[in-house]
This record gives sequence, structure tokens and C-alpha cells, in this order.
Amino acid sequence: MPSVPVLDVDALLSDPATRIIVCCGSGGVGKTTTAAALGLRAAEMGRRVCVLTIDPARRLAQAMGLSELDNTPRPVVGVDGDGSLSAMMLDMKRTFDEVVESHSDADRAQAILDNPFYQALSSSFAGTQEYMAMEKLGQLRTEADREGTWDLIVVDTPPSRSALDFLDAPDRLGTFLDGRFIKILTAPARGAGRGLGKLLGAGLGLFSGVLTKILGAQLLTDLAAFVGAVDTMFGGFRERAEATYALLKDPGTSFIVVAAPERDSLREASYFVDRLEQDGMPLAGLVLNRVQEIRAPELSVEEATAGVQRLQTEDPRVAALLRLHADRLRNGERQARLARRFTAAHPGVPVTEVYALAEDVHDLEGLREVGTLLASSSSTD
Amino acid sequence: MPSTDWPDVLLHVVSGKGGTGKTTVAAALALALAREGRHVMLMEVEGRQGLAQLFDTPPMPYEERKLASAPGGGEVWGLAVDPEEALLEYLELFYNLRRAGGVLRRMGAMEFVTTIAPGLRDVLLTGKAVELVRRGDKKHARAYDAIVLDAPPTGRITRFLNVNTEIAGVAKVGPIRNQADGVMAVLRSDKTAVHLTTLLEEMPVQETADGVAELEDAALPVGGIVVNMTRPPILPSMDELTSIDARTLEASLVSAGLEVSPRVVEALRAEGADHAARVALEETERARIAALGRPVYELPFLAGGIDLAALYELADMLHEQGMA
Repeated sequence: MPSVPVLDVDALLSDPATRIIVCCGSGGVGKTTTAAALGLRAAEMGRRVCVLTIDPARRLAQAMGLSELDNTPRPVVGVDGDGSLSAMMLDMKRTFDEVVESHSDADRAQAILDNPFYQALSSSFAGTQEYMAMEKLGQLRTEADREGTWDLIVVDTPPSRSALDFLDAPDRLGTFLDGRFIKILTAPARGAGRGLGKLLGAGLGLFSGVLTKILGAQLLTDLAAFVGAVDTMFGGFRERAEATYALLKDPGTSFIVVAAPERDSLREASYFVDRLEQDGMPLAGLVLNRVQEIRAPELSVEEATAGVQRLQTEDPRVAALLRLHADRLRNGERQARLARRFTAAHPGVPVTEVYALAEDVHDLEGLREVGTLLASSSSTD
Repeated sequence: MPSTDWPDVLLHVVSGKGGTGKTTVAAALALALAREGRHVMLMEVEGRQGLAQLFDTPPMPYEERKLASAPGGGEVWGLAVDPEEALLEYLELFYNLRRAGGVLRRMGAMEFVTTIAPGLRDVLLTGKAVELVRRGDKKHARAYDAIVLDAPPTGRITRFLNVNTEIAGVAKVGPIRNQADGVMAVLRSDKTAVHLTTLLEEMPVQETADGVAELEDAALPVGGIVVNMTRPPILPSMDELTSIDARTLEASLVSAGLEVSPRVVEALRAEGADHAARVALEETERARIAALGRPVYELPFLAGGIDLAALYELADMLHEQGMA
């Protein structure tokens, strides 16, 4: 069997050329914890790190001192060494509001912020969270370049159903905001109504009639007002999204795909790896999280099971320990089989494994432990 | 037929944190409900083709298809709801406007309308579930005895179901608003139950607790809690398991013909300690789940993975525990 290359986490974290690390994967695989652990480890190696988290578990947020949601990185207390660690939790709506404010004068911005359509869009459009995560990443990077605050940004991605959403959503929002449809709908507001209207003829009438029927006239009015107000910002929106997307292709960016050794999670990881390759985005490797730890691999399932049969002792603890060991081996073997399917399809992708921990991480010590596990594959294999 | 905990429920909504196996639980519940010749519809709404993967069928179009038979002549049907198709259907049903859909699609409006605000999309999706529920009252070509909805995850479930409030922000009046009101009436009634899937781990249990509170605040009917992928403890007492000393263990192993190094002896003891620690944590989480005061069902972790045979096995367990 060809050997699988090992993801050397410490080499990645200590390389000054690494400026952005994006942690991706489907929901529930420990992405946020991985991002935080990478950030802490890098900081304790001397880097100046900012971790952008999206939706951390309460205790993890507390561990990093993220008690307030003010959309600004805050220093994490208790980091060893000369480096530094800041962390922030993304406030999607606030980030969107800031984009609006930075692109228009105060009156116009207020009109947009007050618009019911904008409020729905900024808090619940499918993809707004991903778009805003990318927007925030762009801002942090600009700040880092300008002020030298950080030399490494670690990003956690939103808990989407699919890891691909992170890459697709910004484009979806961009397409939506300067799409043909919005242009047609608001053509009169842009002073191009007559030409377009003529071109589309009866189609347009039917069309707005149907929309009024489905959505009600109020929504269309709000929408037209919104589009009118953001008209001047469209180009800006698009440009920003494109600039950030380009940032993801930068050689200083590394993607880390996080997966659990389960079928669905590895399938998502596989899609994502294909997509990164297709888009020319730099993949550092796969973190295989929550792997069954086998403490005594030299004692096989067969030996342990046969041993249970031959036990001379009445002590139930011995049989229990042997059965437990056999269960762990079987579970480990099942996970290894699933992982092999991934590595067979993606032989060049470096992998590191992290054992399943008994307890969720809720302090810096726990994050350090995860960091050590992340980096340990390179030293033991 | 043995009594179930949900005799009046027609619409079973199954949610859960990502990674807790809510699609598996929804499918097992559908199979359990389909016992004794009943016909059950299993709906998915997230465009993931999770049902096709689970039942090992080709990707499903927006069309009701038979997925599996249940013991006693019952059937489970499946439907992967696509928001755009649901919108076209809605237009046809209420305005006889199916042809207009083509125009809307060409202009990119279908995507616009269905993604403009999840509230609009959600009312179409939940509306489809409610339409299927209502078929039971009419002389429809194909009526179902129960509908199981594989719904969005716990973090989004209240917003998904609370279409009324979500819609209110964008459409204060108009037909879609009326549609939302009608859907809401069914979702809030005793014909609906929202079940939550969890694991015996801290974060999923926390999300479940948050989910129950949010659903209750929104006056949506909370159903049962399905604890998925549990592993039976190996010994009744965990203290005992960790109390064995290295010499006793080694002597016992040698007597069974296992010549092991001291390292292996220590490793086995450490594995026992890991296990005991995990079981203790699981007990804490189990107590938190019990404190929510909802009916609780447990499904074991199946090492062989989930295939159709495993789904039948899980369905039997849900039936025995009274969920269906």
C-alpha cells in the first residue's frame, strides 16, 4: 500500500509565508476547536495570530475569553511565549452593516439599514454568513498588512450543511445583488426602464404581476427602495467579494479540511478537496478528527476474543477489558477502512490524525492538547 | 396495534445537530410508522439527496417515489422537495400560472424568489409537508397515514418552522402571507411533533436543550428526543473496571494464554479508564436530557454502518420504545 503523506502542522504554522489558514469541513466535525487549537499552537510558536470563529460552543468561547460579541478581535489571556493570540466571533449582521456604512454616506446608509428587505437579507439570506465570514477575513487581512497586528489569520468556516457553501455562497450573493433580475425589476429606478421594458414587452408585465401575487406589493416596494439605495454600492460589493476570493488563492493561504472518520464526513471532505483543486486553491491537508485511539495495537481482535474464552479467572473485569479492547480495535479498523477510501482517491493529500478526546475542550490546556495531537503525526510516523 | 406515544401526530419533524444522524433517525421512524400496512411519506428539504444515499437509490427527482416496504404490507415513500419546483407547483395550484414559471426561470427570478429570504423558501417547503398532511382528509390519489420530514438542523429548526414570523418581516400581507398562516396553524397543532436527535456529547445535548427552549418559545410542539449512536457500557460498574491492578490483570491474562508485555497491561488498564471516563460523561449528558422532560428514545451505534437492514433494525427499536 502506498504510504500517505503526513500533514506537518508545525512546519505549516511556523512558516512565515503562511498568512491565512482556512479550516473547512461539514458540520459537527470539530472545525472550530481545530481552528482554535491551530491558532494557539502557532501563537505559542511565536506567531502573532488572529482566530476568526463563526459559531463556537459556549465553553470554547469562554476558554478564549470571547464573552462579548463585538465583532472585533480581543486578546486571549494565558498564551505562553513571545507570540500573541487574538480571537473574535463573527457578527454577521454587524459586518454587513459595516460594509453598507463604509460604502455610502450616512443618510443613504441609514435608509438601507432601516429597509425591511435589507434586514431580512442581512440576517437570513442563505449564504450571508459565508459572505460575511469572507468579508471579515478580507478586513482582518487588510488590517494585518496595514498595521502589522497579526502575521497569521486562522479562519473557521460557518456550520453549513456542505463545506462547499463557503466557496459558493459569496458568489451566490453577488449574483443575486447584481443579477439580471434585480436590474430588470428596478430598471425604472435606474433610468433604463423604457428600453428594457420594450425589450421584454409583455414578459415583464406578466412577471411583475406574478411576483406581486406571490410576494405582495409591499415586498416589491421595499425591494425597489433597497435596490435604489444600494445602486451605487453594487460594484463595490462585487469587487470586494472578488478580491477576497482571490485572497483565498494566494500562496500564503492554506486550506485545512477537517473530517471525522465517518462516511458522510469523508465524502464531504472529498468533494471539497476536488473543488479546491479545480479552483486552484492551496490545500495543506486533511485533519482526521475524532479517531479511535488504540493503545495496544499488538494485541489483536482474535487474540483478545480467544483470550476471553480461555480465561481461568472469575474476575469480570478482565473479560470486560479484553472485550473493550476488541471493540476499540474493530472500530479503529472500520475508521481506517473509511479513511483509506479517501486516501486512495486523493493519494497526494497529507493527513494528520487526532484522537477522540473524552471531553469537549473548554480551556486553553485542552486546546494545547489538541494542538499537540495535531502535530504529533509527523513525529511518530 | 401497540400504543404509541404520538397517536394523534400526522407530521413528524425530525431535526438534530449536524452529525447526529437525523436523516437516519427520520428514515427509521418512517419505517417504524409504516408497520401494519400504513403508508408513510419521508420528505427531505435540504437538497442533499440524503434519502437516495441512505436507501441506495439513484438521485431522486421532485417526485413521490416508493423507497421501501415495511413489515405487514406498509410502504415508505420518499420525496426530495426542491424549492423552485415547489414554487411552480404553488403557482399552478393557486393561480393556474404554471406557464409563468418558465418566464420567471429565464429571468433568474425563481432563484431570486426562493433564496431572497429563507422565510419565503421555507414557507414553500413546510407548505408542501402540510399539503401532504392534508391529503389525509380528502379523497386524494395518494394519501399518507403519516409524514416524516427530515428537517434542517436544530440551530435553524425554529426559524424554519416559524414561517409566520419569518415571513412577517418581508410580506405583511398578500397570498404568501395567507399561505404561511395556514401552514402555521397545522405546525402548531397536535397533529405535529418536532423530534430532536442528539448524541451523548456535550455540544449536541446543549443544542438540543437550546432547541427545545426555542421551539417552546415559538409555541411549536416539541416531540421526543432520540439519543443516537449510544454504546452499551461493558460493565455495570465503572469503578470496578478501573480498580484492577496491573499484577492481577497480568496474571489473569497469562492464565488465558496471553503472554503480554507490561506495556500492553498498562494500555488495557488505560483503555478501561478511558471507557469509564466516557461512560461517566455520558451519564451526565443522559441526566441533562432526562431533565428536559420529553420522551426519550435510544438507538445504538451500529459498527457495520447504516444500510437498509440496519434501518429496519433501528425501526424495530423505535417501535419497541413506543415512538411509533
